[in-house]
Amino acid sequence: MMRRIISVLMENEAGALSRVIGLFAQRGYNIETLTVAPTEDETLSRLTLTTPASDHQVEQITKQLNKLIEVVKLVDLTEGEHIERELMLIKVRATGAQRAEVKRTSDIFRGQIIDVTPNSYTIQLTGTSDKLDAFLRSMSEASVMEVVRSGVSGISRGEKVLTS
Amino acid sequence: MEKLSGGDMLIRALQDEGVDFIFGYPGGAVLHIYDALFKQNRIQHVLVRHEQAATHMADGYARATGRPGVVFVTSGPGATNAITGIATAYMDSIPMVVISGQVQSHLIGTDSFQETDMVGISRPVVKHSYLVKRAEDIPETIKKAFYIATSGRPGPVVVDIPKDITNPTDFFDYEYPEKVTLRSYSPATRGHSGQIKKAIKLLAEAERPMIYTGGGVIQGNASKQLIEMTKLLGFPITNTLMGLGAYPGTDPQFLGMLGMHGTFEANNAMHHCDLLLAIGARFDDRITNTVSKFCPYAKIVHVDIDPASVSKIVNADVPIVGPVDVVLDEMIKMLEPEVAKRSDKQKKLLKEWWEQIEGWRRQDCLKVLRDGVDDELIKPQEGVQAVYRATDGKAYVSSDVGQHQMFAALYYPFDEPRKWINSGGLGTMGFGLPAAMGVQMAFPDETVVCITGEGSIQMNIQELSTCSQYGLPIKIINLNNQSLGMVKQWQDMQYEGRHSHSYMDSLPDFISLAESYGHVGFRVEKRSELDATLKEAMSLKNRLVFVDIMVDPKEHVYPMLVAPNGSMRDMWLRKGVRT
Ligand SMILES: Cc1ncc(C[n+]2csc(CCOP(=O)(O)OP(=O)(O)O)c2C)c(N)n1
Ligand SMILES: [Mg+2]
Repeated sequence: MMRRIISVLMENEAGALSRVIGLFAQRGYNIETLTVAPTEDETLSRLTLTTPASDHQVEQITKQLNKLIEVVKLVDLTEGEHIERELMLIKVRATGAQRAEVKRTSDIFRGQIIDVTPNSYTIQLTGTSDKLDAFLRSMSEASVMEVVRSGVSGISRGEKVLTS
Repeated sequence: MEKLSGGDMLIRALQDEGVDFIFGYPGGAVLHIYDALFKQNRIQHVLVRHEQAATHMADGYARATGRPGVVFVTSGPGATNAITGIATAYMDSIPMVVISGQVQSHLIGTDSFQETDMVGISRPVVKHSYLVKRAEDIPETIKKAFYIATSGRPGPVVVDIPKDITNPTDFFDYEYPEKVTLRSYSPATRGHSGQIKKAIKLLAEAERPMIYTGGGVIQGNASKQLIEMTKLLGFPITNTLMGLGAYPGTDPQFLGMLGMHGTFEANNAMHHCDLLLAIGARFDDRITNTVSKFCPYAKIVHVDIDPASVSKIVNADVPIVGPVDVVLDEMIKMLEPEVAKRSDKQKKLLKEWWEQIEGWRRQDCLKVLRDGVDDELIKPQEGVQAVYRATDGKAYVSSDVGQHQMFAALYYPFDEPRKWINSGGLGTMGFGLPAAMGVQMAFPDETVVCITGEGSIQMNIQELSTCSQYGLPIKIINLNNQSLGMVKQWQDMQYEGRHSHSYMDSLPDFISLAESYGHVGFRVEKRSELDATLKEAMSLKNRLVFVDIMVDPKEHVYPMLVAPNGSMRDMWLRKGVRT
């Protein structure tokens, strides 16, 4: 089992997303993260999902996705060189001496503090999922108030593109 | 340009698509559509008695003709009643277009009267679906629906139309598109020539070859090519339950059906072959038995239109994705010279392989055993054999699901494709009668037989009424074992004979039931009367005849693959006797 990043270009139509998600549920595949938004061509959406899958499973997943009428093209980004990013917004308790400590850790991870109250910081962090996990681990459990993650987005390296 | 209402556009689009029959049932959300239908006479609408039957009728029509079946249902309960039939068609890749009415657009999402999310509820069992949002979109949506349903690997498409979209007082420009293209959908048009070359090489080198074909050869209209190639090669061949008739069932190269209830020779040849050529088949669990023990010595060539079917269950050494007719045409051309230059050694090896197969054949696994039973007791197999005799083996035969289905598949060899109409993938009891009706609608002069059981027939028995309305002279052969025989067989074999709810208590008198619908009913209780009664039934060309044949309630279907953990050569051959 390996974590795959599957990037799907599909028709930006009502119902297309439910078909993709339904397919995963129906065939017993897992979705770990999912993100979707229209592309520069507004008739198309780009959907990125991560799923743990063996080679055999990922072959089936990509074939079954390809069969969906609305799916125009897709790629398993993990097959080649790629860049992946995830965005995390995290609200942490930050009072007294903790304030400086939180700020320092955030700086180390190149986080940005995007909202401040006397007792809390809201930090924005982008990076690979691993980096976000590491940041979360570095925050003491007690101080984390809320975590919002976007799910993974990815793109292949170099000039290779996924277009219709 | 012509101006039409949404309802009229829909009907016109269906006419322009060449639709001749619609199987359906009206209701509130499709009233505008039914009014548009009323004003024309090019398309015949068949009024069923239950929406499930409408889908099975359309399905039977499609299986027999190769043309898509068309269904009309209303919203809510009409739509949900259609689901079983849509799922049945989906599992067997049958082209079908289901038009469902939906509540008015502004009511969608409000739990309004007879509202159900048809696109949602049908999603896992359709090839594709549409919710029509603007009347202007009707012609193109219908065109797309038919294109998707019939191309590539066929399947059912649902078009859900809110009532306001078919409003008779709003008019729109009507033009039916010549063709549609979808950037996201382009089924393969031919096989990869490199892969085909590899396949030819394997076929030329094989010592113990076997051809295994499924419903894809029938749906892909490649029976002619399959016969030509199989004859050219001189290889043994087997068909799946869905593929029967693609290769003539009475031809000596045919080893019978394979799989769970396949013949001894077909299953053994599968197990021992060193090259398996699979065409339009999908390695279903009813075929493979334990996958890790499947075809242990074979290299596998798999030809299929659906890439997702290839290497799904069993890895294909040579995958060929493409339309089976086109691929086989190409293969035949390349095989001719290969066969011509076959060495003596190769010929000898093939001969030895055939000798081994003939040895398995001598097991005579389908012999009907009558040891110690009353001479007049009718074995269900004999019922099917008698139907074969009475119809010269030329009838269209639909079946339901259970022992009778397997007996029909094993004891009625089909020599032509599209004559055997059965629900293989979903295994839908209640399929047989309405499917036969769809066939009879398409071919009014042909003999259409429905081989069923007293359990299954009661799942859509109300259609006897539709049969009288449209004068459908179907011959219903009820192999009446007074039990849910297939369930009982499993209970005998795996639950020490505890027959939990496998009895059909309180059976109706099928003869008077048939008569009350205006049909003819015969009962056969004696073996000596079987042939004469069936002959008489078949001679009543214009009447539906319900033949209730009382058969041995204790009979089991054999051979049967041994499960769990068995391979394809592990079979029960009769009660208590296994390989
Ligand atoms: C709709 C549906 N419900 C349940 C089943 C499970 N099932 C398979 S065969 C069978 C028994 C069928 O009985 P009958 O039609 O009398 O046929 P027989 O096996 O006796 O020939 C049942 C209940 C099914 N296939 N379809
Ligand atoms: Mg029965």
